[in-house]
Amino acid sequence: MAPVISVERLSKVYRLGLIGGGTLTDDLSRWWAKVRNKPDPLTKIGQEQSTTGRGGTFLALSDVSFDVEQGQVLGIVGRNGAGKSTLLKILSQITGPTRGRVSIRGRVASLLEVGTGFHAELSGRENIFLNGAILGMTKAEIRRKFDEIVDFSGIEPFIDTPVKRYSSGMYVRLAFAVAAHLEPEILIVDEVLAVGDAAFQKKCLGQMERTAKGGRTVLFVSHNSQAVTALCTRAILLEHGQLVEAGSPRTIIDHYLRTVQASAERMVDRTWRSADEAPGNDHIRVRRIAIVPAEGGAQNGVDMETPFRVEVEYWNLAPGARIIVNLAFYAFDGSPAFETFSLGEHRWDGVARPAGLFRSVCCVPANLMNQGEYRIRVVFLDPDAVTLFDLHDGAVLTVHNRGDAKMPWFGRFIGHLHPRLAWSTELIHRGHPVDRVSAGVGDALLEAL
Amino acid sequence: MNVDVPLVTDATTTRLTVITPDRGWFDWRLGQLWRYRDLVGLFVWRDFVSIYKQTILGPAWHIVRPLITTLVFVLVFGQMAGLSTDGAPQFLFYMTGNIAWTYFSSCLDSTSKTFVTNAPLLGKVYFHRLAIPVSVVLSNLIAFGIQLVILFVAMAAYVLTGTAVHLTSWALLTPVLVVMLAGYALGGGILVSAVTTRYRDLSHLVTFGLQLFMYLTPVIYPMSAVPPRLRWAMTLNPLTPVFEGFRFGLLGVGTVNAGQLTMSAVVMAALLLGGVMLFTRVDRTFMDTV
Repeated sequence: MAPVISVERLSKVYRLGLIGGGTLTDDLSRWWAKVRNKPDPLTKIGQEQSTTGRGGTFLALSDVSFDVEQGQVLGIVGRNGAGKSTLLKILSQITGPTRGRVSIRGRVASLLEVGTGFHAELSGRENIFLNGAILGMTKAEIRRKFDEIVDFSGIEPFIDTPVKRYSSGMYVRLAFAVAAHLEPEILIVDEVLAVGDAAFQKKCLGQMERTAKGGRTVLFVSHNSQAVTALCTRAILLEHGQLVEAGSPRTIIDHYLRTVQASAERMVDRTWRSADEAPGNDHIRVRRIAIVPAEGGAQNGVDMETPFRVEVEYWNLAPGARIIVNLAFYAFDGSPAFETFSLGEHRWDGVARPAGLFRSVCCVPANLMNQGEYRIRVVFLDPDAVTLFDLHDGAVLTVHNRGDAKMPWFGRFIGHLHPRLAWSTELIHRGHPVDRVSAGVGDALLEAL
Repeated sequence: MNVDVPLVTDATTTRLTVITPDRGWFDWRLGQLWRYRDLVGLFVWRDFVSIYKQTILGPAWHIVRPLITTLVFVLVFGQMAGLSTDGAPQFLFYMTGNIAWTYFSSCLDSTSKTFVTNAPLLGKVYFHRLAIPVSVVLSNLIAFGIQLVILFVAMAAYVLTGTAVHLTSWALLTPVLVVMLAGYALGGGILVSAVTTRYRDLSHLVTFGLQLFMYLTPVIYPMSAVPPRLRWAMTLNPLTPVFEGFRFGLLGVGTVNAGQLTMSAVVMAALLLGGVMLFTRVDRTFMDTV
C-alpha cells in the first residue's frame, strides 16, 4: 500500500533580513543591480555568497525525505530550530517548500495551536462552530458532534457566555474539546498541545493514541522524550534542518538526548578568551559564565537535588561604578521563572569598584527548581536600576529529574519551581467522623457528671 | 467519545494533496474553496455578528451610518456647495452614491488587508486563503442589502409625498452592478493584499487613495456636471459607468450606455483574474514575508 505521506527531498530556504524591510525601492535597486550584472547592493559586505545559499538566507530544511504509513504515529524530534515547525508548516500547507515534493493521501487536520480563530466576543457555542469550521469540519459535522463537544469540555453552563469572560482553563478545555472531535485521516500535532496540567496532557495524548488506533495517521512533534517513546511507533530526528536518523522511538530519543547534552555542555561553562569577542560595552565586559554543581563535575548538568552556583566573571571598565548583578531565569517557553539580585552581598554591594576583573557567585540551593531547560539572562545594573549591560543568553541551565518521586503522567511537575517544603501529618483521632462526635458528646457528659 | 469511526479508504474518497514549491499561475483550486463554503459562511456570520456585540444599536448601525452620512452630504454638497444632482431629489441622489461607494470601499479596504490582519490565523491553520476575502465581500453585502432596503423605503416615501422618482428598466441591472462592484473590490483588494505582503507602502496608499478616489468617481456629483473637456478623463475610471448606471436605474438620472458598462465589466474581469492569479501565487509563501 502506498504511504499516506510521502516527503521527497524537501527543502525550505528563508531569506533573512528582508522580513519587514521589503520596500519597493530596495527591490528596485536590487533589480537594477542585477540588470547591470553588479552585486546585490543590499548584501552586507563579507556575507557568504556561496555554499548554503545566497547571502542572508537560512536553510530551515534541507533535503528531507521520509514516508509515513497508514496508522503510524510518527514522532518528530529535534532541538529548537532544527526545522520541526517548518516541516509541520509545510505539511499543513501553511507555507510552501522551496524545493521538493510532498504527497498526502487523506484529509489532514493540523493542530499547531489550540483555539485557533477563537473570537473573544463570540459565545462558546458560536466559537465551537467557528473553530470547527476553521479546522476543516463542515457545519453538519459540527452540529452532529456539538453535544459531545460541550460534554467533553465540561463548561456547559457557560456555553452562551462570550469566551472573553472565560478563565484560561475553560478556554483551553473548550478549544481542545473541538480539536478532539476532528476526524481527520491524518492528524498533525505540535507540542503546544502538550502544555498545561497533567490531566490536560493526559487527555491530549490519550486522544492521539485513540486516533492512531482507529487507523489514522498521526505526526507528533515533541521535546518530551517520555511521550514520544510511549506513544509513537516510529520517529525521525531533525538536526539543523536535516533528517539525521529515522527508526524506533527508543533509538531516536537516545540519539536526541545525546545531542542535547553535548550542546548543553557548551552553554554550561562559557569563557571568552579575547576581550573583542566577549559580550559587553564601555562599562562591562563579560569574561566567563559558568554553572557549577556543588558536587563537582558539570558533565551531566544539574539534578533537582543538586545545589549549584552560577558564576559570572566580568571586567568593570568604569572606575567608581557601583554594580548590581541580576540573574533572571527563563523557562524554555520564555516565561520567567524567577530573578535574583546581588543586593546585600557583603563585600561589593553599593561600594564603588575600581576597574578590574570581578567574580560574582550566586548559590542556588538544592530542591528549588523544577526539571527543565532554563535560559539565564545576566543583567548588570547600577544602584538606580539603570541597565549597564544586558546579556540575554548568558547560559543555559538544564535541570534533570533523576529522583524517585515521579508524577503519574510523563513525569514533569508543573511550574518552574519545585521546592521541597516542610510537611507533617499526624493522627488526631482514630475512628470515623461519627465516632468523633459521639466521643465528644461522651467526653462532655463525663465532664459534666 | 466517538472518535473510532472507521476510516474510509476507498479510492474515490481518499483525497490526494500534492505540495510542490511552485504553484502555477492558474492553480486556483476553486473546488477546494467550494469545500470550505461552510467556513466562508461562518466567517460572514462572524464578521456580521461580532462587530455589534456589546453595542446598543446593534445592526441598526447599518442604517444609522448611511443616513447620517447622506444627511451630511445633502448639507455640504447639496445645500452649501450647490452641486447638481441632475434633478433627482438630493437625499436619494446622495444616498445611492453613498451606499454603493461604502460597499465598494469597505470591501476593498478589508480585503486588501487580508494577509496582514489574519496573519496569526493563517500562520496556524490551512484553509483556502480566498475564503477570507470572499467572506468579507459577502458580509458587506448583507450591510449593503439592508441599506438598499432603506433606500427603497426612502424612495417610497418620496413617491407617497408626491415627488416623482423615475425608476427605469436599468434598475433590473442593479444585481449585475452590485456584482461588478464586488468584483472590483475583491479583485483590487486581493491584488493589493498580495503585494502588501512584500511592500507595506501599498496599504497606506489604499487607505488614503480610496478617499481621494471617491472624488474621481461620480459619487457625490453626476457625470453631466463634469465639464465636457474633462469627461474623457472620467471615462477612464472604470467605476464611472457602474455608479452612473446604478443611479440611472433607480433614479433615472445618469450618463451611461451599454458599451461603457460592458467595457467596465471586461476591466473588472481582468482585475479579478489578475488578483486571483497573484493572490494564489503569494498565499503559499506569505507567512515567510509578513
